[in-house]
Amino acid sequence: MIAWLTRHLQTLVGSLGRLSQQKFSTFLTMLVIGIALALPTCLHVLVTNAQRATGAWHRALEISVFLQPQTPETEAQQLADRISKRRDVAQVELITAAKGLEEFQRQSGFGEALAALNENPLPHALLVRPDGAYTSTDHLAELAAWIRELPSVDIVQLDTGWVERLNAILEAISRAIVIATALLALGVLVIVGNTIRLDIQNRRAEIEITKLVGGSDGFVRRPFLYSGLWYGLGGAVLAWLITALVVSALRDPVGRIASLYGSSFELASLDLGTSTKLLLTGAALGWIGSFLSATRHLRDIEPS
Amino acid sequence: MIRFDHVYKRYPNGREALSNVSLEVARGELVFVTGHSGAGKSSLLKLIALIERPTRGQLIVNGQNVAGVSRRKIPAFRRQIGMVFQDHKLLYDRTVFDNVALPLVIAGVRTKEIGKRVRAALDQVGLLGREQCLPLELSTGEQQRVGIARAVVSKPPLLIADEPTGNLDPDLSLEVMNLFRRFNEVGVTVLIASHDLYLLDRFPVRRIRLENGRIVDPGNAAADDAAPLLDPRKLLEREHGAPS
Ligand SMILES: Nc1ncnc2c1ncn2[C@@H]1O[C@H](COP(=O)(O)OP(=O)(O)O)[C@@H](O)[C@H]1O
Ligand SMILES: [Mg+2]
Repeated sequence: MIAWLTRHLQTLVGSLGRLSQQKFSTFLTMLVIGIALALPTCLHVLVTNAQRATGAWHRALEISVFLQPQTPETEAQQLADRISKRRDVAQVELITAAKGLEEFQRQSGFGEALAALNENPLPHALLVRPDGAYTSTDHLAELAAWIRELPSVDIVQLDTGWVERLNAILEAISRAIVIATALLALGVLVIVGNTIRLDIQNRRAEIEITKLVGGSDGFVRRPFLYSGLWYGLGGAVLAWLITALVVSALRDPVGRIASLYGSSFELASLDLGTSTKLLLTGAALGWIGSFLSATRHLRDIEPS
Repeated sequence: MIRFDHVYKRYPNGREALSNVSLEVARGELVFVTGHSGAGKSSLLKLIALIERPTRGQLIVNGQNVAGVSRRKIPAFRRQIGMVFQDHKLLYDRTVFDNVALPLVIAGVRTKEIGKRVRAALDQVGLLGREQCLPLELSTGEQQRVGIARAVVSKPPLLIADEPTGNLDPDLSLEVMNLFRRFNEVGVTVLIASHDLYLLDRFPVRRIRLENGRIVDPGNAAADDAAPLLDPRKLLEREHGAPS
């Protein structure tokens, strides 16, 4: 077992040594893999950020409920209490007609014109803030429908349209990323496979000799598998760096846009989980690509 | 050790390299396979090492019928055969030590044991102390000895050599041949393909002579005895006594 481990370790380090002998071409291969991996990673980071941002907006959503005119204030208060009892409602704010008018006068600048009216044209209004855990579009629609059925309720406004559209777009982008990731992963397999194929061609004599003195297919293949592993891992590290660079380059402009909208939103970079996944994926792709390529091409090399 | 039974070898291009070859080499023998270039010597050795497979007939090596050795079992099969080649077939980017160690690494021998056995093998071929050289820093004769050390390092019961002295001058050839003889003395069956007449003259051991893929002289295992050769005087006598 220890001998077995030592042998694998030796091959692992040995293959790294061989790669470092051709620094430039090794780096180029890793860079190509890195770019291929960085693309979906960057997109993933951006979409995750966008989803986080819309999630925050979602939570700021309110349902505006206008009661029928002439509804007494006591009834409005009862209604507010009733709605706020629901589990999916965080808070209900009652804006009485008087308060509404006062605010409107203050904000609109029509103060005097409105003061000329002898009757308050505004109805009582309720601002319903849904609980953060129940902000799915479906749920909000359902809540709005329920409120609409309550007595004395006139108009229920739920403006989730744009959030819905944005979410649909993000959903589509997410799916596109999955497809792009699959294609790029395939690309990485091809890159690694082709590099290993060339590697095998260059070391044909060595492979023949090793087979002559009794090296099994597995033995001959092992160093190539480790090369593939290193290529994939190196590529993943480069992808991580590229993504970090892209995110830090976008952080300032995105922050500026967010602050224009009164948000303190900040672009998040790769978290630990995603980073780990990236490195593991890179290493696995390198391994699989070299496995497929080496298994296929080493079989063709027999001593003669 | 080796038995050919009506073996034929025809290459894909239609060339018949061996025709109806039947012969037997006993355990512990030292045998030459001779014949002109193109006679089929290399083909014969390649069949033994399963580099090629017989087209017809039966071949048994070390108790195993080669027909029963599947592709996957070839590596294990080859590990019981030490092979020496005219062009050495060394790994030129590895040290002498790594080259000789290769069969042991393949066999999964422990690192410490590898060091001991590699040095022992290099000692036998007179190259102790050159472990860290690269093959190209050595002379041709020394490279060939590295090849021999690699062939014997895992102590295989059978050693086959294809024109092992083909690129060497007479003195070096003798040296290499003496090495083979020494391995043979400790029980290794040795089969050497050679058309080096000068060398053959000095080693009156059993010779299997091939011509156009057929055995024209199977040699005589009983009459040929390598023992007198161990006496240097006899060797000298032979060298100076035979003017042809
Ligand atoms: N791989 C091959 N394909 C086709 N013909 C071959 C091959 N190897 C050897 N031959 C032919 O088989 C014959 C015997 O060759 P070989 O066994 O190499 O003889 P020797 O080693 O005695 O010179 C020769 O005519 C050679 O051209
Ligand atoms: Mg030959």
